[in-house]
Amino acid sequence: MNESLGASGLILNEKLLWEKGKKGRCGFSIPKSDVPSSPLHPDLTGDGPDFPELSEVDVVRHYTRLSTWNFGVDTGMYPLGSCTMKYSPKTNERQAGIPGFSSSHPLLPAALCQGALRLMAELEIFLAEITGMDAVSLQPGAGAHGELAGILIVHAFLKQRGLSRSRIIIPDTAHGTNPASAALCGYKPVSVKSNPEGILAPEDIAAVMDEDTAGIMLTNPNTIGLFEDNIAEIAEIVHAKGGLVYADGANMNAVMGIVDMGRIGVDVLHLNLHKTFSSPHGGGGPGSGPVCVKKHLEPFLPIPRIILKDDGKFEFSEDFPDSVGKLLTFHGHFGVMVRAYSYILSMGADGLKTASRLAVLNANYLKERLKDTFHLAYDRPCMHESVFSDRNQQATKISTLDIAKRLMDYGYHPPTIYFPLVVPGALMIEPTETESKEDLDQFVYAMKQIAEEAAKTPGVLKEAPVRCKVRRLDEATAARKPCLTG
Amino acid sequence: MRYFPHTKEDIQQMLEVIGADSLESLFSCIPEECLMNHEMNLPFAMSEWELNHHMDDLSAGMAVSPGYRIFIGAGRYDHYIPATVSSLKMRSEFLTAYTPYQPEISQGTLQAIYEYQSLAARLMGVDVVTASHYDGATAFAEALLMAVRKTGLRRVAVSRLVHPLYRRVARTYLEPAGIEIKELPMLESGLTDISAMDGSKDFAAVAIQSPNFLGCIEDLKKAGEKTHEIGALFIAGFTEAIAYGVLKNPGSLGADIVFGEGQSLGIPMAFGGPGLGMLGATSEHTRNLPGRLIGKTMDIDGRPGFVLTLATREQHIRREKATSNICTNNSHCALTAAIYMASLGRSGFRELASLNHDKAAYLRKQFASHGFRLPFDSLFFNEFVVEFPEGEAIYERLLDKKIVPGLSLFSYYPELSNCYLICVTETTSKDDMDMLIREAIS
Repeated sequence: MNESLGASGLILNEKLLWEKGKKGRCGFSIPKSDVPSSPLHPDLTGDGPDFPELSEVDVVRHYTRLSTWNFGVDTGMYPLGSCTMKYSPKTNERQAGIPGFSSSHPLLPAALCQGALRLMAELEIFLAEITGMDAVSLQPGAGAHGELAGILIVHAFLKQRGLSRSRIIIPDTAHGTNPASAALCGYKPVSVKSNPEGILAPEDIAAVMDEDTAGIMLTNPNTIGLFEDNIAEIAEIVHAKGGLVYADGANMNAVMGIVDMGRIGVDVLHLNLHKTFSSPHGGGGPGSGPVCVKKHLEPFLPIPRIILKDDGKFEFSEDFPDSVGKLLTFHGHFGVMVRAYSYILSMGADGLKTASRLAVLNANYLKERLKDTFHLAYDRPCMHESVFSDRNQQATKISTLDIAKRLMDYGYHPPTIYFPLVVPGALMIEPTETESKEDLDQFVYAMKQIAEEAAKTPGVLKEAPVRCKVRRLDEATAARKPCLTG
Repeated sequence: MRYFPHTKEDIQQMLEVIGADSLESLFSCIPEECLMNHEMNLPFAMSEWELNHHMDDLSAGMAVSPGYRIFIGAGRYDHYIPATVSSLKMRSEFLTAYTPYQPEISQGTLQAIYEYQSLAARLMGVDVVTASHYDGATAFAEALLMAVRKTGLRRVAVSRLVHPLYRRVARTYLEPAGIEIKELPMLESGLTDISAMDGSKDFAAVAIQSPNFLGCIEDLKKAGEKTHEIGALFIAGFTEAIAYGVLKNPGSLGADIVFGEGQSLGIPMAFGGPGLGMLGATSEHTRNLPGRLIGKTMDIDGRPGFVLTLATREQHIRREKATSNICTNNSHCALTAAIYMASLGRSGFRELASLNHDKAAYLRKQFASHGFRLPFDSLFFNEFVVEFPEGEAIYERLLDKKIVPGLSLFSYYPELSNCYLICVTETTSKDDMDMLIREAIS
């Protein structure tokens, strides 16, 4: 067995919150009142929400036990493709927790929040420099929100030119968020298949790009982990018909300091600070999805924007009449921005470029070491991730799902599975730069062991996982008879 | 760089396995015209302690308590956050996990968010609450879109006393899709004029916030009845979740869909984000809800467990026909809110809410007794409006004393010039309030 496997931890059961506790307990230090009581009219008031009553120790044990049923990047390798599960540095948490940042009110007068404004202004400049774009808004709250911002900008740009277009080109390798974001602006997605090499062919784009099409939404490097070699030519085709090129920057971790997105014809792009720039995913968010544009789209960025005044002070300005408007109540996920800013300052230009190089090194290393065992969908040099499938395991009726579940028993979070859709039974592996060669070798060993089990003792995979808090869960019943509250 | 584990030998060995000469050659497949032809112009890398100094310096000029006394609310509230909440949420098993797509290895997040959904449903008085949205404004926009989908009607009515910034976010979401937004005017009392809906038809929804942006408690029951009379869905929401420690919840007063901001539930203000978008509804809307939901189920051995469920509503399955484009949400903020709600419990939550109101009532009375005009006489929770006499520059004078005495309402409601929205929470002491009054009248 794999040496990383270890003994199964002490996994303790824990009831639901409302099955614990007793009336009369409280885990909060309520301050004594120093003012007279002033009860609200009884017609307006109720008994308070039906929350369980727990002591501080009850609460601490509850959440500590729950946490031990989870696997995070701090626990081990988390090769979830397209999610860039790199190490989230501890110093970033320290910076985000500084009271001046964490306790500051978003509606302070500008003179009283210069530090936060400066941080945001500098982060905008850093992100423009890293992508090769001209201007940035940090307001979108996550990747899909950045996409929505991007498409709203495309929509506003075309509208200003008196153009009303109904379609948008979205490759078959796109994230599901792309078509859903486009739909919010009323665009109908036109699907384009990637070619046998796994990338987009210019002639396929030329065949569908017309004057009723707003542009193209593409991910580069794409979700197969390949660089879209023809991007410059594709951009020319789209621009020639008056459309715009939107790039999903989810996979920017492969190309920092290496590819110039501004130079290759991208008009608008979003980043994921919670992927490329190391802020933790928090079990599903909060993220941050800055939107970066070339000069001609700057007037359309969300407001407020940060401006530097003649006296050297920063302030928010709403004076951008062509803006798409506001996307969040205040200025975006500032707490996430502090982490990304800290990361960039810790890394410097060389550090970021090295991160991309090592991310690509790690992905290619895994690809080479695994391709004799697992079917590799596209056998060519990859960027930050590569996509395998379960084709070699089908003889014993072992599927990608079984492989993923068995990986948990070996102490790994599984890769992204069944995505992208163009590769049936996809296993999309993104190691990131923060995994060492030994860790990758251990992972390869585990994957090869699993392939051997798949061939010789497939029942073991069908039973997996056996070492987690629970075994395989009945998702069909969960959806058929939803139980969403207790 | 301390985050990179690779030694020179490791890199060499790995390149040999790949069959590449150098790290640069890994990128040889990229066409020359796509490459960045210069080094990125970024500051030199800082050591950890240099970064600490830099960040401490940068944050030093920020006006925060206790150096400043800040009486602004308006969507972000300064509530006390217990050490247990700050400590437990930082457990890295929660913090450094991704979305729980693989349930067997993510039960901690899944049970915690299922419990959040349950506590939030009890707070809001609805049957089901989503796993979270970005903030109150996006939850509000999604609530309006839900109503449009459900009714097939493309007009909604929104109170002018819904947070002005929420209304702007809703416009960003709804206008490109051609959905019309009618604004309901405000009455002299500081409440929404629901009679403006008399005789209306073909509205998907009527949306009200309570306590509203000016702090006044709306008559949700009456607004709900009126809304249902014209055949629209009733959407009610809040920016201050603590209010529902003491007020009757929106669901029990007839709301079909409830939206809100959960920042008050143990989440730091953090210059406005991340917060917690709360969105819930009666059970008939379950399959129309946007975003993630967590459900209870069993494993093959019959043990209870939790999974992401009803995914056929979501973008990764339904693509352009999904109920929303949202993917990553604010899950960690929902976890934080759950820990906070569990720490308070029912009676703690109620007591804390009453304390907020008592303090606000005290300060409001002090303003009144010192002759300040209070433009609205409606009932309020922990925010209210005060008018500062024209030409006295009270606001500027207080700023000099390191007191930020509220939010100027002029830019949001031009008719309320010289009016300020003032907020008081349990963290505001009587001494703070007395000082505010003393300086304001000096």
